[in-house]
Amino acid sequence: MSASSLKSTKRTGLFFVLPFFLIFVLLLIVPLVYSGFISLYKKGLIGGNRYVGLQNYITMIHDPQWVSSVGRVFLYFFLQVPIMLLIAVIAALAIDSGKLRFPKFFRIAIFIPYAVPAIIGCIIWGYIYGKNYGFLNQLLGYLHIHHIDWWGSSTQALSSISGIVTWEFAGYNMIILYAALKGLSTELYEAAAVDGAGALKIALRIKLPQLYPAIFLTLIFSIIGSFQLFTEPQTLNLQAPTVLNNYFSPNVYAYSVAFQGQQLNYAATISFSLGLIIAFFAIIATLVGRRRGGDSLL
Amino acid sequence: MSKKTFYMTKKSNFLTLIMIVLSTYFIVPLFWVIAASTKNTNDIFSTFGLWFAKSWHLWSNLKAVFTSDNGIYKLWLMNSLIYSISGAIGAALLCTLAGYGFAKYQFAGSKAIFRTVLGAVMIPSAALSIPTFIIFSKLGLVNTRWAVILPSLVSPLGVYLMKVYSDTSIPNNMIEAARIDGATEFKIFRTISLRMLMPGFITVLLLSIVGIWNNFFLPLIMLSSTSLQPLTVGLSIWYGRIAGGGSGRDANFQAVVITSAAVSLIPLIIAFLFLQRYWENGLSLGAVKE
Repeated sequence: MSASSLKSTKRTGLFFVLPFFLIFVLLLIVPLVYSGFISLYKKGLIGGNRYVGLQNYITMIHDPQWVSSVGRVFLYFFLQVPIMLLIAVIAALAIDSGKLRFPKFFRIAIFIPYAVPAIIGCIIWGYIYGKNYGFLNQLLGYLHIHHIDWWGSSTQALSSISGIVTWEFAGYNMIILYAALKGLSTELYEAAAVDGAGALKIALRIKLPQLYPAIFLTLIFSIIGSFQLFTEPQTLNLQAPTVLNNYFSPNVYAYSVAFQGQQLNYAATISFSLGLIIAFFAIIATLVGRRRGGDSLL
Repeated sequence: MSKKTFYMTKKSNFLTLIMIVLSTYFIVPLFWVIAASTKNTNDIFSTFGLWFAKSWHLWSNLKAVFTSDNGIYKLWLMNSLIYSISGAIGAALLCTLAGYGFAKYQFAGSKAIFRTVLGAVMIPSAALSIPTFIIFSKLGLVNTRWAVILPSLVSPLGVYLMKVYSDTSIPNNMIEAARIDGATEFKIFRTISLRMLMPGFITVLLLSIVGIWNNFFLPLIMLSSTSLQPLTVGLSIWYGRIAGGGSGRDANFQAVVITSAAVSLIPLIIAFLFLQRYWENGLSLGAVKE
């Protein structure tokens, strides 16, 4: 190939990427930068915005409602993500073990809630968790056990929400892990099987260590997802307005500050710093994952 | 021992039992909503949740879903279709072009741009929604269909998937051979590469359709007209009406909301079951090792 045609080929690459890149800059980079920019301003009394430096951030870290919302998503992360990923790992290993009857059925059954929009999941689970006539309390009633107020306290509400989100996303994570398992070379297990290792031993000693990169990938997606908690507390808020309040999660708080309080600059401060918090933990997980023999996405 | 004989090991009843217990957690809520959609409001609360009531109300519930508030449910359904199909086609096209460009060409800054796009996978959409709302309100785009469609076009994960897919599915020597035959780069893309990229394109298309169909936060903040809302926000409006104690209005409205939730599940569940190959494709590409 001549030098000039190589050069034009190089330019062609740019043309393929350009349409996406323009949209990417306009709708992702610009809003992100703009969000950081307006978080440094405050709406003046006479109208117009004036520069206030980091004052919004200082207000925010002294704002008890923000502090409680961030504390809650941390608690939620440690409550929900380990259980969800444990279910996903167990299900993926079980389906891949060759020991399970009807593996295809279980794969679909666990994955299908992922197709359900979160809002519909919330409506269904709202009835399942209902205080007086809900399905779970109906079951407890048959067993003559006292009804549980599933939205009785903030921690109770977090575990009830964990129940909904685990239901929605365990299957998604299971499929990622199952796909990674399918990609492993079978030679090792065959050798182990010949040596008399049982399926459980193969799953725990041979498959699980090779699954770490994929587990880190699901962990990163889970960090991004769980810190953004919004739909569940926002939708179910009428079930327990004082518990699922307007600062239940940082996102719910940002939404209420922006659209009920009309403080757009402060809302931008909250959502921009939430983005920073998420990016910080996602990067830490990435670095740890890389040391463990990272994934191509990491 | 081949993979096939390896998997012919004896099945375990114990493991199967554990998985049956586990999968009830995933199936019961769906069965509950199907059973509830055949009941009137009174029976929903007074009869066993996982079985049908004596009196059958599915048809009257369905009729109420499609006629309540002058049949606005049909409008919400239509809006969801418009947003998800147009947004997903746009996103999948942009991702396919860009992923192919990153995989098969090297140009000034291509590595740096790709790294930036990859890093953007970690930017939460929630951090972008409020600033995008402010920008769109200045441009007069708020409360128009564009406010929902435009942000849906950006899919960094889709670009990553299409790059990996281009790397693995199109041999470089095939492109070289076409070049020697004198084909232009766009002709190569249109006539050779695009066909080979089709499965990846469909995967990204489906992932985007589901992402947009399920989106709640973005349309919630961008749209104020009830008639522009997609199903997700529409259903939350109806749900808010019953949870807010709007009883006296229509005693049977709870059954209508539950039935509308059940109806909304159908399109996506069908898509999932029939296009399972493509889901697994996409999700496995995400976890693939280079």
